Amino acid sequence: MPSALDATTNAQLRRPNLPLITLPWLACALLGLAMLMLGRFLGSYQETLMQQVGIFAIAAVSLNIVNGLAGQFSMGHAGFMAVGAYVAAATTYYGSLLHFNTAELQPGLFNFGHVLMLIGLLAGALVAAALGYLVGLPSLRLRGDYLAIVTLGFGEIVRVLLQQTSPQVNGKDPAEIAAFTDAPLRTLARIPLNGALGFEGVPAYATNLWIWTFVGITCLAAYRIKESSSGRAFLSIREDEIAARAMGINLTKYKVRAFVLAAFFAGIAGGLLAHAGVTTSPIDAGFQRSFEIIIVVVLGGLGSISGAVLAAIVFVLLPQVLHPIKDYRLVIFALLLISMMLLRPKGLFGVREIWNILPRRAAHTKPGATP
Amino acid sequence: MPLLKVENLSVRYGSIRAVTDISFSIEQGEILTLIGANGAGKTTTLRAVSGMLKPTGSVHFNGHNITGTRPDILLRQGLVHCPEGRGIFSNMTVLENLELGTFTRHDNEQIHHDMQSMFTLFPRIKERLKQNAGTLSGGEQQMLAIARALLARPKLLLLDEPSLGLAPQLVQTIFKIIREINEQGVTILLVEQNAHMALQVAHHAVVLETGSIAMTGPASELAKSDAVRKAYLGC
Ligand SMILES: Nc1ncnc2c1ncn2[C@@H]1O[C@H](COP(=O)(O)OP(=O)(O)O)[C@@H](O)[C@H]1O
Ligand SMILES: [Mg+2]
Repeated sequence: MPSALDATTNAQLRRPNLPLITLPWLACALLGLAMLMLGRFLGSYQETLMQQVGIFAIAAVSLNIVNGLAGQFSMGHAGFMAVGAYVAAATTYYGSLLHFNTAELQPGLFNFGHVLMLIGLLAGALVAAALGYLVGLPSLRLRGDYLAIVTLGFGEIVRVLLQQTSPQVNGKDPAEIAAFTDAPLRTLARIPLNGALGFEGVPAYATNLWIWTFVGITCLAAYRIKESSSGRAFLSIREDEIAARAMGINLTKYKVRAFVLAAFFAGIAGGLLAHAGVTTSPIDAGFQRSFEIIIVVVLGGLGSISGAVLAAIVFVLLPQVLHPIKDYRLVIFALLLISMMLLRPKGLFGVREIWNILPRRAAHTKPGATP
Repeated sequence: MPLLKVENLSVRYGSIRAVTDISFSIEQGEILTLIGANGAGKTTTLRAVSGMLKPTGSVHFNGHNITGTRPDILLRQGLVHCPEGRGIFSNMTVLENLELGTFTRHDNEQIHHDMQSMFTLFPRIKERLKQNAGTLSGGEQQMLAIARALLARPKLLLLDEPSLGLAPQLVQTIFKIIREINEQGVTILLVEQNAHMALQVAHHAVVLETGSIAMTGPASELAKSDAVRKAYLGC
């Protein structure tokens, strides 16, 4: 055996240690920083758009773990987001009433309001993850369409339950605040999430700086999951369950793990949305929002993290670009989606990342090292 | 003590009886082949042994009762199933397929060493490491499937129709490899429709007919028996 040949195979066999900060992530950080600087010159409308892009990106990247990597078709992602949103909203809103005696936004770069938001985000993500565990269990017995229906049902159940909650404590009425701070637990036991009207008046601590920081964290986590042994187990389950089992992969463990991880980050996305200055409504748990996230994931490529982020940008901004022809923009958007599916059925990047596509092409055209 | 002992094994799919009350055992170091026509219940038997299906009756491996134990636990104990139809992950590269064979292992040095021995056993695979497994030829895919199963370090390897759909030349190669693997100390339970080749390579044979055992004995004797020659060897 020629030793040169052995050297090349050896090089191929050695897995590179995953660097925590690689060029792509540095690029993302720079992009985020650039957007922040841009934020100073942006109107509030553009800032809102950027917040939406970021939250959509987190939602899509997280859904990608279960739909893209593990190949389990979940249609209830908005349900997990809504759970995270309500838990986080309630934490910050009622925490603020207790601590500041008001739900107004507190000034300053970092104050106890931000701490409340972070606690709320974590709590929301954990509750969502716990529900992800419960929803993930049926995925062991159900395939394809049946699993899709169960997850769809989950989102709808969340929506209906949220509609049944009792009215919110009015943060503008000193008497109500006083009654609440006197006996907070008794009030909270009523689950005052404002029913079908939607939870209002959560102080908008989730600026673009916070949201894009979480986009970065989510992408980094998703990337490391994808490259870990769990990620390889997910991909093998997606390709062939019987073969995956024959490789010693515990289907139960990894399918449920995919659901839990996806739900956790969906909870973060929801929590951020609740702090972005919008009303959190039960509708947000419904299937329409779930479909939107699925579209983004499919557009970007099932399994591609960078693809999901890029698709989220396109998904939120394209309708804005098409605004001048607003009567037709939904038609054009639909046509774009259809042609996309015809031209690139695996999405923009398939399972790959943006930065993997160009080097791969280059490597293929190089003259072969092996005879 | 036999390495694998199957007693009164029965498997049903709902109301369909696929395997009824079969018993056989495999000694350490031997090749036992399970032959029979299409639909006789060979694949079902393998799946029941490797824990993918829940049977009635009992399966003992290495002296332990493993009836109904999950496949990922059995794989760690050295019972590895190379499924029917190869079960290649066709959208992954050849190398990624091989790495999945080592999924339950953490002894990196030894894995590296085992990979090298796979390349000696299957030189063709080495040349195609970065290629998508779906682009391999049928024979190469079968070799990849076997290599991947071997990387899990089996004591007992269950092979389900490794010669299915291969050109005669390749069938010869595959059976040669099976013999080599066995000579390196791996006990093999080989399911085949190609009774002619299977009886040549195996030490013992079990003939399945519609879910029950029709005949059993040393492979060389079965190859001579009139009933087997008529039904499976076509002469
Ligand atoms: N998933 C299944 N559901 C119902 N019946 C099955 C299933 N798999 C196999 N069978 C039936 O069980 C019998 C044995 O099948 P199998 O074990 O695949 O046979 P072989 O591998 O010997 O060709 C056949 O009659 C087949 O139709
Ligand atoms: Mg079969």
